[in-house]
Amino acid sequence: MSNPSLINSPALDNWIKLDADGTVHVCSGKVDIGQRISTALGVLVGEELEIDPARIVVDPPDTSYPDEGMTSGSNSMMHSGNAVRAAAATARRHLLTRAAAKLGSGVDALVMDDGLISIRDTNQSVTYREVLDNATFGIAVDPDVTLKSPADYRWIGKDSKPRNLRDMVTGAMIYLHDMVLPEMRHARCVRPPNRLARLVSLSAEKVARLEAEGITLIRDGSFLAVVGDDEYLVIRAAERLARAATWDGATINAADLYGQLTSNPRESRPVVDGTPQDAPVPPLHEPPANAALTHAARYDKPYIMHGSIGPSVAAAKADGVGGLEIWTHSQGIQPLKTSISEALGITPDNLLIQHVPGAGCYGHNGADDAAFDAALIALALPGRPVLLKWTRDDEHAWEPYASAMSMELRASLDTDGAVIDWSHECYSDTHLGRPRPMLGGEGASRLLAALHLENPAPPFRPNPSMSSHAGLHRNIDPYYTFPAVRAIKNLVRDLPLRTSALRCLGGYANIFALESMMDELARHTDADPVAFRLRHLDDPRARNVIEAAADGIGWSKDRDDGVGRGIAFSRYCNCKTYTAIAIELTVNDVAEIEICKAVCAADAGEVVDTAGLSMQLEGGVLQAISWTLYEEVLFDQDGINSRDWETYPILTFAQAPPVDVIILDRPGAPHLGAGEASSEPVAAAIANALFDAAGIRARRLPMTPYNLRQAAMYGDG
Amino acid sequence: MMSISLQVNGETHAIDVDPATPLLFVLRNYLGLTGAKLGCGLEQCGACAVLVDGQSTLSCSRAVSEFQGKVIATVESLAHGDQMSRVQQAFVGAGAAQCGYCIPGFVVAVTGMLESDPNPDAEAIQEALSSHLCRCGSHGRIKAAIDSLVGPRDAS
Repeated sequence: MSNPSLINSPALDNWIKLDADGTVHVCSGKVDIGQRISTALGVLVGEELEIDPARIVVDPPDTSYPDEGMTSGSNSMMHSGNAVRAAAATARRHLLTRAAAKLGSGVDALVMDDGLISIRDTNQSVTYREVLDNATFGIAVDPDVTLKSPADYRWIGKDSKPRNLRDMVTGAMIYLHDMVLPEMRHARCVRPPNRLARLVSLSAEKVARLEAEGITLIRDGSFLAVVGDDEYLVIRAAERLARAATWDGATINAADLYGQLTSNPRESRPVVDGTPQDAPVPPLHEPPANAALTHAARYDKPYIMHGSIGPSVAAAKADGVGGLEIWTHSQGIQPLKTSISEALGITPDNLLIQHVPGAGCYGHNGADDAAFDAALIALALPGRPVLLKWTRDDEHAWEPYASAMSMELRASLDTDGAVIDWSHECYSDTHLGRPRPMLGGEGASRLLAALHLENPAPPFRPNPSMSSHAGLHRNIDPYYTFPAVRAIKNLVRDLPLRTSALRCLGGYANIFALESMMDELARHTDADPVAFRLRHLDDPRARNVIEAAADGIGWSKDRDDGVGRGIAFSRYCNCKTYTAIAIELTVNDVAEIEICKAVCAADAGEVVDTAGLSMQLEGGVLQAISWTLYEEVLFDQDGINSRDWETYPILTFAQAPPVDVIILDRPGAPHLGAGEASSEPVAAAIANALFDAAGIRARRLPMTPYNLRQAAMYGDG
Repeated sequence: MMSISLQVNGETHAIDVDPATPLLFVLRNYLGLTGAKLGCGLEQCGACAVLVDGQSTLSCSRAVSEFQGKVIATVESLAHGDQMSRVQQAFVGAGAAQCGYCIPGFVVAVTGMLESDPNPDAEAIQEALSSHLCRCGSHGRIKAAIDSLVGPRDAS
């Protein structure tokens, strides 16, 4: 058993509690960020305990709950899901065993249903609470406990009612943005023009005028915030304070981003079976002697943003005697706690962090930074809680972006059209900028405001991650069976923008390159792109999703004039959900792509919540269509130019194509993480369909009319 | 500060507030109606939509003083007790939300659209939702919710 969640929290009582009226509470350390993990956890516990999952309570965690680290990497079902399932199955066995003793019956004669254990065909029964003598379980979770058999499932694999959906449509759902604490005040920050600029001076006269109007100014170095009772007046005050500030003229290097990616200093590691090696980088040799065709191409992806619809927000309250309470929508309240305690020099015992739902974040957006901002403000004004909201401008300009990336690929085929040699190098800044406790205070360095303080944290300098599929090298390692693979990750230094984790991390760009290259090779040898993939795959489950997606799009049927079809595949982290995406599209005469239809075929192991899984897959496809066609963070030497939804457009309602989701359920098989899987193959599926439609090979994202015209003019097809 | 008279969800309120304050902040912070969301403050995302005289209207930028004498209805007014409106029921039936932050705005937009045109064509639907963004990718489910109300409409 190697479930990290259970190793950290082995006691059953940490996971499952029965309250005084017998209601079952699940205490997962994972947070629900719209991915419906709480729905799935409720189903797993309800299934084992024979209670309608709708009546299981899944509480949002605080830092007293099991430490499950980050809610990220599509790990929640594999970690928390399996932990909670094992906890519930252990509880089931314990309840049945004790009930048998209490009722003087054999376990086999007992029936468990809805909080009651009865001897079959009698009126003798005890409640779950009575079985425990109104106490706790007091035992450890047995990680090897026998789980309920798929044949007996009542709820697993069905469409579950999503939690909170009713409250979402009626407006009753309380997000952190909506929270009101007694005596609460509002706050906004004022940021430098770019991440290197620092505050030189503030107009004393303008500051005095603000203060006379009841606005409190917080300043620590270049960190500036305003606080007041009325939110709108605080917004206006922040705008006025921005005009009162003079910043130094520091600029960022905005020249030739893709040149910087492959020519800046870098740290390089070979990647073997998905894992970086502490070893020299093998040179790119001449192609093998038996190569009949060798093809090389470079692919580029710009910085893109999480683009949460709700800007980041946090509340904080300092009690004035050392205690600090923070409310956040961070994906990792435990690592955030350690990082903030490091940054502020306060002991973790004096810090309580509570998770409250926010808008979808899709990775490490501004949530953690906002929590630290709020902490700084609250500590300066102890006694009253403060609710800090980032503005839209803050969110667009200051969230940690997904790094720009370049990928250089080369492949050789033999005379039979089989891949005999493969090389993939990726170049990127870090995708692992989340605040985490680290030796040397690096957790603090990853909090935005820590760099702006009078005594700033040292700049965050990431080390190359050596974990399997962890960051920029996620899915660099082909899932196909190739006899020779050279995969190199290059962590590039001195790039212009601050970066961190966005859904798929490096996998989105790596699979764009890998699956585009597969298509290019197939086209160069007149092979069918589906057949070409299948011949290089041994895993039948991988083959099945590709075949299902191809069937779904009507791969073997004739296309209408002007319609292009493309397909792409990945297995997330080479160990999680299998996904194949098939796309049909057209291109109009001003080089705009219109996606007619997308098919997503996925195998996520045993499905717990079919509706939830389907929604995640569909949402991942649509978000990645948006990244692929429209998104690029624009900047120049003075700072970010993508500062709202007009300068950073995303997919609109009219542009969203229908997405057919085909789920290949595997009852009894382990759950595979699925939150990110469907986004990975989307860019290549579109690029491949574009080539099919128009003969244009798009190797630079996004596929805007401008980039398509460039590809048409200068590309080599 | 001045006293603003505002008719919201069937009640008239007198509110002492800076008259330049956008309607959204008055609804959320003075009346406790947090169903309409602050998304951008720029009338670009639609999360703040409310019904004004029956029409879906973005509330994050326009001053509250402009809304005196108008009939304002927020998403909170659409359900009657436990009985959700048919638009809300359609969204629940279609599972049309992930994080849900943009959803009240969509519910209001669809409600306003159907009030003025119970039988909208595909173009009218796109127009009604053109100022609404969703980042989770619930677009298809929102379309399905609308289809369940008006029947499928082919895109023109």
